[in-house]
Amino acid sequence: MAVITSDHGPARKASLASYLYRPEVRQALYQIVLVVALVALFAILITNTAANLRKQNIASGFGFIDRTAGFDVSQHLIDYDNSMTYGRAFLVGLLNTLLVAGLGIVLATVIGFIIGISRLSTNWLVARLATVYVEVIRNVPLLLQLFFWYFAVLKSLPGPRQSYTLPGGGFVNVRGLYLPAPVPQPGFDAVWLALVIGIVASIAIHLLARRRQMLTGQQFPVLWTSLALIVLMPLGVFLFLGQPLVFDYPELKGFNFQGGMVMQPEFLALLLGLSIYTASFIAEIVRSGIQGVSKGQKEAALAIGLSKGQSLRLVVIPQAMRIIIPPLTSQFLNLTKNSSLAVAIGYPDLVSVWSGTVLNQTGQAVEVILVTMCVFLTISLIVSAFMNWFNKHMALVER
Amino acid sequence: MVAGTDIEAAPAERAPRSTVGAVGWMRANLFSSWSNTLLTLVGLFIAYEAVSSVIGWALIRATFTGEDGGACTHEGAGACWPYVTAKFAQFMYGRYPFEERWRVDLVYALALIGLVPLMIPSVPGKFWNAVYVFAIFPVIAFFLLVGGAFGLPHVDTSLWGGLLVTLVVATVGITASFPLGIVLALGRRSRMPIVRWVSVGFIEFVRGVPLITVLFMASVMLPLFLPPGVTFDKLLRALIGVALFAAAYLAETIRGGLQAIPRGQFEAADALGLSYSKKMGLIILPQALKLVVPGIVGTFIGLFKDTSLVLIIGLFDLLGIVQLNNTDSKWISPSTAMTGYMFAGFIFWMFCFGMSRYSQMIERRLAQGDRR
Repeated sequence: MAVITSDHGPARKASLASYLYRPEVRQALYQIVLVVALVALFAILITNTAANLRKQNIASGFGFIDRTAGFDVSQHLIDYDNSMTYGRAFLVGLLNTLLVAGLGIVLATVIGFIIGISRLSTNWLVARLATVYVEVIRNVPLLLQLFFWYFAVLKSLPGPRQSYTLPGGGFVNVRGLYLPAPVPQPGFDAVWLALVIGIVASIAIHLLARRRQMLTGQQFPVLWTSLALIVLMPLGVFLFLGQPLVFDYPELKGFNFQGGMVMQPEFLALLLGLSIYTASFIAEIVRSGIQGVSKGQKEAALAIGLSKGQSLRLVVIPQAMRIIIPPLTSQFLNLTKNSSLAVAIGYPDLVSVWSGTVLNQTGQAVEVILVTMCVFLTISLIVSAFMNWFNKHMALVER
Repeated sequence: MVAGTDIEAAPAERAPRSTVGAVGWMRANLFSSWSNTLLTLVGLFIAYEAVSSVIGWALIRATFTGEDGGACTHEGAGACWPYVTAKFAQFMYGRYPFEERWRVDLVYALALIGLVPLMIPSVPGKFWNAVYVFAIFPVIAFFLLVGGAFGLPHVDTSLWGGLLVTLVVATVGITASFPLGIVLALGRRSRMPIVRWVSVGFIEFVRGVPLITVLFMASVMLPLFLPPGVTFDKLLRALIGVALFAAAYLAETIRGGLQAIPRGQFEAADALGLSYSKKMGLIILPQALKLVVPGIVGTFIGLFKDTSLVLIIGLFDLLGIVQLNNTDSKWISPSTAMTGYMFAGFIFWMFCFGMSRYSQMIERRLAQGDRR
């Protein structure tokens, strides 16, 4: 709209002043000034940076990625040891970030929905407890909560010999949480196959039932059949094959536990802190979403003879979800970004491994920080693109 | 009149005792059904566990006197309060020189003198009050805290710490990010494409990355951006990072308010012949900001909590100084860390909870005009 320079409007004697007062001219001028200022700023920054780097004898560029890292990382999802490259260390950190963010999102959503619904409970005590949870947790900095879980709770647990025993063969001590590790035996693949078939069949049934309802008005118990297909069918296959799964139980040998799978205290503290903190925000989103559905909708649903469960499932929740999803997305993103606080308690996430250790070892501040920011920007863009698509899918189709 | 109509109305029956009073309330709200009763019992259990463990830890099993961590090491010890008493001054001032601490107290007092009447709606003279808080007080506070003029010895910011740093970062962050946020929000709604792109680019970039990376950038990359030889105060670098970060979030909140203003308001302001700054300053922004008060305060609360992240780049805010003292060998005990975090958490909580309650009050007040 803006950069239009000349000749429309009434022909009038063009003095310089009246020319300068024309909005188009002014807007063009402002923008030119802005561009020049920005270009100048960046030029100064880049020359300064180049001069500084030359002075410190740091070669810019990404050549350092192929050099040997030489440090260990305590938790790695892919093969890693200190003879591998900085690039490999980057991948290890990125995967650790994604792991804690993914699990945190699931856990925070579950806790958040429970607390949010509890806040609306007709039970006075339950509603009050949920309110206390939200008001306490969301008004205390996340970093403090992480320190609390890590230093005050998990790091003050007893040593391996005095471990607390959990039901089902798990142990918890200062070194972390030890759980029995499931080891699939030959034939277990059939259970996975059954699970996949069950999920696909459920989706198909859901679509078919929906079409039938649209055409004939008859409903089909989709929920129960889906549950049967997804849970009972794989379970049946599992039992039929003679339970092809054994558990590797952790055992105390000498000074430490052997076997099983272990969750490090850093990981546990980060996961707990992130989930509990974010859940308090999700709870508020869920509460306002459910309250945002007008009372008339619930009453109308009951008036046309839907049961209480049906009115919730068919009328209230679909409408509430429309209000809930956009802010929920930004909470998921917040959780992912907040997972970078891992650096404060020593969980080897992207920021801790890459912008911490690698930056200190190589001194490549500009490259390292830029890459870190790009990773988070990419995650943000992917999640918001997906959520925009989802939101469009769910949005109210108005006449 | 028909005979026999003079039948007296029977006196109103009292409501059944089980539906009124405390019993009735409990029946309705706690024990209305089997499932509800079960929930109540579970809730009672959780509440009892939480309250008893907090009271037991903070009062019954707590240690109140002692000279060092040894006083808190007995079996099952609760909170180690002498630790907080001994370190209280550090938690408040950091390593600020002992004989200069009156300056910090004076700044707090001056801030309270300005803020309290500003925050109570019924106190008159808001204009001069605001001039004092936003123009005069910052200058006085700067010279009092930094010193180096008027016969006050200079106190380097590396000596600042504790609640002082938390409050300085938070207040400077809030006052700097607010105007910047408004400019960015207006820029994003501008008709000038380049201005719009620059604003969108800045906002989306900052919102897409974690605050830690912004702080890392401020602490590691900012020195590289400056001409060789020029150095920058560490606290100032953190302040710039925090303010820019908060401004981007604030801009999005304010944009929400701007979008909610009907087009007619913009057109009416144009029709009156108001300039852009008058149109925005007198017509649009007052309405838009009023709509988003909760969002703005929410951003400020977020900023206040985020100040704790400056400890990662080596500044000692309240949490940073607590974290540092928790490892003091003199106060080693199993409950030292927990006590320190509880103390810091309570202070953070008071500030944040206070802000959110105040914003709810303001919200109700501002909404009065809409309730006709």
